[in-house]
Amino acid sequence: MSTDQDGVAATPLLEMRTVNAHYGAVHALRDVDLSIYAGELVCLLGGNASGKSTTLKTLLGMLKPTSGEVVLDGEVVNDKPTSYRVARGVTMVPENRRLFKRLSVRENLDLGAYLRSDTDGIAADLERIFELFPRVKERLNQKAGTLSGGEQQMVAMGRALMAKPRVLLMDEPSMGLAPALVQQNFELIQQIHEAGLTVFMVEQNANMALSIADRGWVLQTGRVVLDDTAENLLAHPDLRASYLGQADT
Amino acid sequence: MTATLPPETGAVGGPAETPLAPSRPVMAQDWRRLVRMGAVGAVAQIFIALSNMPVRLDERVVVKPVLSLGYLTLLIVPFAAGYRVGHQIKREGMPQYAAGAHEIAGGAACGALAGGGLSLLAVLLANFDLREPLVNWSPMLAELLAFGDATWFAVVVWLLIGAAIGAVGGILRTLGPRSRRAVVTMALAVAGAAVLEPLVVDLAEGMRLEALTDRLYARRGGVNWTSALGLAAASGVLAVLGRGRIRQARNHIASLEGARRSRANFGLILLTGAALIILPLFAGKLTNELLANVGLFVLLALGLNVVVGLAGILDLGYVAFFAVGSYSAAVLTAATSPRINPEMPWLVALIVVVIITGLVGLFIGAPVIRMRGDYLAIVTLGFGEIIRLIFLSDWLSGWFGGSQGITKIPGAGIFGLTSVAGTDPRRVFYLVLAFCAIAIYVSWRLERSRLGRAWMAVREDETVAEAMGINTVNVKLLAFVVGAILGSFSGAIFSAKVGSVFPNSFLILVSIVILVVVIFGGMGSIVGVIAGSAVLIGVLGGPKQPGLLAEFSEFKLLIYGALLIWMMLARPEGLIPSVRRSRELHQEEMAQDAWLRGQVEDDDGSGAQAAPTP
Repeated sequence: MSTDQDGVAATPLLEMRTVNAHYGAVHALRDVDLSIYAGELVCLLGGNASGKSTTLKTLLGMLKPTSGEVVLDGEVVNDKPTSYRVARGVTMVPENRRLFKRLSVRENLDLGAYLRSDTDGIAADLERIFELFPRVKERLNQKAGTLSGGEQQMVAMGRALMAKPRVLLMDEPSMGLAPALVQQNFELIQQIHEAGLTVFMVEQNANMALSIADRGWVLQTGRVVLDDTAENLLAHPDLRASYLGQADT
Repeated sequence: MTATLPPETGAVGGPAETPLAPSRPVMAQDWRRLVRMGAVGAVAQIFIALSNMPVRLDERVVVKPVLSLGYLTLLIVPFAAGYRVGHQIKREGMPQYAAGAHEIAGGAACGALAGGGLSLLAVLLANFDLREPLVNWSPMLAELLAFGDATWFAVVVWLLIGAAIGAVGGILRTLGPRSRRAVVTMALAVAGAAVLEPLVVDLAEGMRLEALTDRLYARRGGVNWTSALGLAAASGVLAVLGRGRIRQARNHIASLEGARRSRANFGLILLTGAALIILPLFAGKLTNELLANVGLFVLLALGLNVVVGLAGILDLGYVAFFAVGSYSAAVLTAATSPRINPEMPWLVALIVVVIITGLVGLFIGAPVIRMRGDYLAIVTLGFGEIIRLIFLSDWLSGWFGGSQGITKIPGAGIFGLTSVAGTDPRRVFYLVLAFCAIAIYVSWRLERSRLGRAWMAVREDETVAEAMGINTVNVKLLAFVVGAILGSFSGAIFSAKVGSVFPNSFLILVSIVILVVVIFGGMGSIVGVIAGSAVLIGVLGGPKQPGLLAEFSEFKLLIYGALLIWMMLARPEGLIPSVRRSRELHQEEMAQDAWLRGQVEDDDGSGAQAAPTP
């Protein structure tokens, strides 16, 4: 666990303590330790089948760990359902955006705020999202499935922001997007982060993710094999060899 | 995002109307397409003839003495083929040809091919005996096809008839849009008058307008040919005069926004409601019986619509809730109920019925909602049968009477004011109408509620819905319970109306018919569901209830099937689709399942990557 960062709180916002998780008999996560502090932008790197999505599911409560603890703001939430965690500020932007395609943009955004009942706050957040993504406002009554890839990404992000998250979990934000859009998407993440939101993203595109992240972990076959700052990870020879496609020496 | 694209060139969207190119020469047909359509028509003809529809429906006269429903079933095929083959697909940038002799000749050729199906059948009938597998393979059919003459006559006559009618279809293509609309309106007016005959006669009797219907209809059924001509002329004139007015009005209402829109909608609802309250006063038994049956199915379909249309749970055993509603109402109100007979007043019983059915909904829903897609559908199918078999079983016959059912169920008493029983269909209809109003209001409110949005989210993408914090299990269970309760209303009224319940009133067929009503009308659309019930149950008839075309009852399922296939091809979103709905529920669910499986495989951790040493 790295606590050597400047200006971060003492207790992590979201934490995994030696978590093991199984799909049936398959051991998907092995003794995973993660800690996300308020205000950070951190990333979890790994190839296919390394357990990245499983980590997200476990954090969100869609999969129960077989051992270890998931801790949200100092509280062990192992036995709490997804809705409990979402209500307390854990929100996910799913892989490939996964909007409700046949519902309107408006309905998608409303569903993001499903657990909230503060009408004024919801209205204010909606305005904030329109400010952030003016395009979304134009498409409000259109079916989400008819939007372009970039617009869908904005709606997906907006939908997540409507939940008033404290930490945003992003599942492969670069997945299935054109290179220009990937760039745009990462700028967006950075923008949201600079506005004060804690972001935890899961990525295969290590170069891209590390270029904006503070810290990162590398996951391999369910085990955390590297845990370091972004600069150190970028410079790490093994990582360069396996993820960045440049073998040194 | 630095690259700027050149401004888009080329017209996108609706291009300006290009002038028509002159008609193509007669022989320049798309022969392959023509032969294919003709062959499809021929097969359809043979199928219809062998289904015995023409013989059976010969009794129902459409226009006296020229046309019976039986002949209509045969003649409509070459017409459709002839009309269809003249269809030009509008392609951007390609010339559109004016319709002319080319279309007429093509239609005639295609119609002749279709009619040739019957010629072929006539020859086959004369030379082979296939009575063993084909029940309707009879000399009678041969005689009917040959108009009592020799086989060669049948061959020639059907080719000619086919060609002539196909040509009529082609001629329709050559008409301008305005006159085409007039012709279609005329045909629909005559067909409508013929189909609605029992209803019109019934209503006219109630309003003391027998003189009018006596003139319109022949004594033994069918529109008089003179009146048919008059009716056609009148409707044609109306169509020309009122050209596009209805559409204009509709577009006008659709273009309204906000408060004005809701006021217009409210006005329409009020008008429809008033008509439905006043109409039965003038109608006789037949119409009221029909309306009551339609209403019962509207209730059922609205309930299923919540489950299938909103929450996306394909329930093939919905009849279970209808059965539980009927049986529990019967047990609670009938003095003859075998085991317990509290003889509750109907309204009190209804409260208990709602609770019981809601619990059954929970009980069935709990295991079912853990499944997805195909498996879910199969399991619901099973539960539908289980419920029926429970009522049928000897084990519980002490409670439910087994195959004897429960009889002598009293009518539904409302606060001791009136008693509604099957002997008075008008009261039954008013009772059904009241419950339909409740069901429509509930569905309408639910669709726009938080719960309704959660249902739609679950329907669209269950995993993401869960990630949004929706408790998918509870939400889906609630869909089951709401659907069950709406179905139980229908069941409770049904048992009071019929006065008896038997297990065989609740066959799988009922589930399927309700589902067909929902799909046909438009999933997730309240107006669609009502329209679907009116058309399918009112005109064709329900599983056991005769419709306006009572002669069709034997072929009801065949026609249901044909309608469904046509619907899937031409209007997959249903007769009156809901605004946001274009379906493909099934495909989406499969995609979801695949995604889940993919995830599991992704994360199974058996990848052979060597761990880099940190």
